[in-house]
Amino acid sequence: MAAFSIKSVNRDRLIAILMLLPSIILLGIFVYGFIGKTVYDSMTDWEGVALEQEVSFVGLENYDRLFTGLLDVRFRQSLVNTFYFTLFFMGGCLVLGLFLAILIDQGIRFEDGWRIVFLFPMALSFIVTGTVWRWLFNPVGGLNRLPTLIGLPPLEIRWLTDRTQILQFNWQNLPRILTAAAILALALVAYRYLRKGRRRATLLWGGLAVVVAIWALLGGPSRIPVPEYEEVHGFNVAMIGIVIAAVWQMSGYTMAMYLAGMRGIPDELREAAIVDGANVFQVYRHIILPILQPITLSAMIVLGHISLKIFDLIFVMAGPDNATTDVPGVLMFVTAFRGNEFAKGAAIAVVMLIMVAVVIVPYLVNTLRSEYEL
Amino acid sequence: MIQRTRTNRFLIYGSLVLLAMVFLLPAYTVIITSFKSPDQISMDTVWNLPNPWNWESFVEAWEAFAPNLLNSLSLVIPSTIISAMLGSLNGYVLSKWKFPGANILFPLMLFGMFIPYQSILIPLFQFLNSIGLYGSIPGLILVHVIYGIPITTLIFRNYYAEVPTEMVEAAAIDGAGFFGIYRHIIFPISMPGFVVVIIWQFTQAWNEFLFAVTLTSGTGNEPITVALSNLAGGRAVQWNLPMAGAIMAAVPTLLVYVFLGRYFIRGLLAGSVKG
Repeated sequence: MAAFSIKSVNRDRLIAILMLLPSIILLGIFVYGFIGKTVYDSMTDWEGVALEQEVSFVGLENYDRLFTGLLDVRFRQSLVNTFYFTLFFMGGCLVLGLFLAILIDQGIRFEDGWRIVFLFPMALSFIVTGTVWRWLFNPVGGLNRLPTLIGLPPLEIRWLTDRTQILQFNWQNLPRILTAAAILALALVAYRYLRKGRRRATLLWGGLAVVVAIWALLGGPSRIPVPEYEEVHGFNVAMIGIVIAAVWQMSGYTMAMYLAGMRGIPDELREAAIVDGANVFQVYRHIILPILQPITLSAMIVLGHISLKIFDLIFVMAGPDNATTDVPGVLMFVTAFRGNEFAKGAAIAVVMLIMVAVVIVPYLVNTLRSEYEL
Repeated sequence: MIQRTRTNRFLIYGSLVLLAMVFLLPAYTVIITSFKSPDQISMDTVWNLPNPWNWESFVEAWEAFAPNLLNSLSLVIPSTIISAMLGSLNGYVLSKWKFPGANILFPLMLFGMFIPYQSILIPLFQFLNSIGLYGSIPGLILVHVIYGIPITTLIFRNYYAEVPTEMVEAAAIDGAGFFGIYRHIIFPISMPGFVVVIIWQFTQAWNEFLFAVTLTSGTGNEPITVALSNLAGGRAVQWNLPMAGAIMAAVPTLLVYVFLGRYFIRGLLAGSVKG
């Protein structure tokens, strides 16, 4: 057997690699090559659509302007919008999705029917969702007139046109806020490993927390460039409408994930707990939720990277030129393809890529590593 | 499971009905608005049923959107088929022909489905321009096929991972080569995998907006998403038209979802990497 197989298997393995090659080359060029080109473009002064133009290398100047320049305050607010949007969108989808999954998991009648009702928005495009919700958020119609159906006066919520900003902070304080958050997060991770009795992991994460803390004490955060003048940013209330539409569309997804997880939990486990005198809430709190924790993490990562990239929904609900509801995805499009400021657009795109990579890369590495070990 | 007392049942079904009403509210509003004539649309009666029901908006929306729906179809069908075939082949290679470096290559391929496409959009725009495909349907097909490779490869790789390697080895001993094994063993059992991937790619490509708006705006080749967004984003809009248009844009993917929902969910969950 050996004599035959090695030779022909080697030939077939070569064919296999050759068959994969076109995809590898295409992705190599269209993903990594193009990312490289975008990174390069972001370090030039490329502007305008003239055919013969001198483009020169300017280093990190575009990034410096985005994060400290007076004129680019809109970019910084778009990051703040993304942050709050991610927070509320993710929270909303997780809570509502879990609640729906628990309800559907109760052995109800017409289970498939209910499931279809809660999951159908997933099949729609954000453009359809956005068109519909834009109509619902009309300040003089739509949702605001819903109370009139039972004889109450109409609401006067301004929804997408509201200009109020809450949860404000000064951008200049951001380096300190982020450093404190990082130390806290690292310490928390270390503490969790400590409780699990994983000494090396505890030391690693605890050590990282200490290193960051020392860096902070040595004045590290104050060396991060910030705008020259005080600059207040916050959560634009107009974003609430967009959060609602996005949660409406995506919470079915978390529901489906949680349901898939719940179906994998053997009934004996719950029954045993109930026999031991646990009530329903205790069963979910102490048995089901801990088992579902990896699903929560997967859902957070999927939802998180969707929200960091959000584009279509805001484009159609609030319009591409609406500074109040701006996010980097939309701002990049407007900057590059409407304003022809390609270098700055590229820099915004690179910032987006870094944010997404921070979320996705550890997840990919972790998932695949555990798979390869199996 | 919560105990089956009467109060509990009442609470469960009560919550379900309430939530279902909230989830269906937008669908209700789209349908009633699209069946009203423009002069019936008044803010005082937004929640009332149309009286009389009128089809005009759909006739008008069809006239406006038929070319775009056709663009969408002629973009979605080829890109879905090509993506599925590529994905099947790649998945077969990656699951059954382990080679050194595959463990590094695969995550590098997967990363391509998570990137914000803004980070490749400017070079992509330049590239399509330079080969004369900017603004064309074939250009968009190319884009969807390339950026669809990671997800289709992932779904097929996980699907084929469950095919016993012994079957492949036995076929190899019988003298079957790379293509022989694919044709006689892998392909015949691939149907469910193809269904999942085709549904997924179909929905993705039909609903896609960023590539479409960047690469086809103003060329006459706009897919339905771009046309709908142009109409809905206009200032003085008669809302019956965008609502009828929204229904037309939604129907193909909704049909797929209702009739092939099981596979749709499988594709959805595959998107979270674990097979």
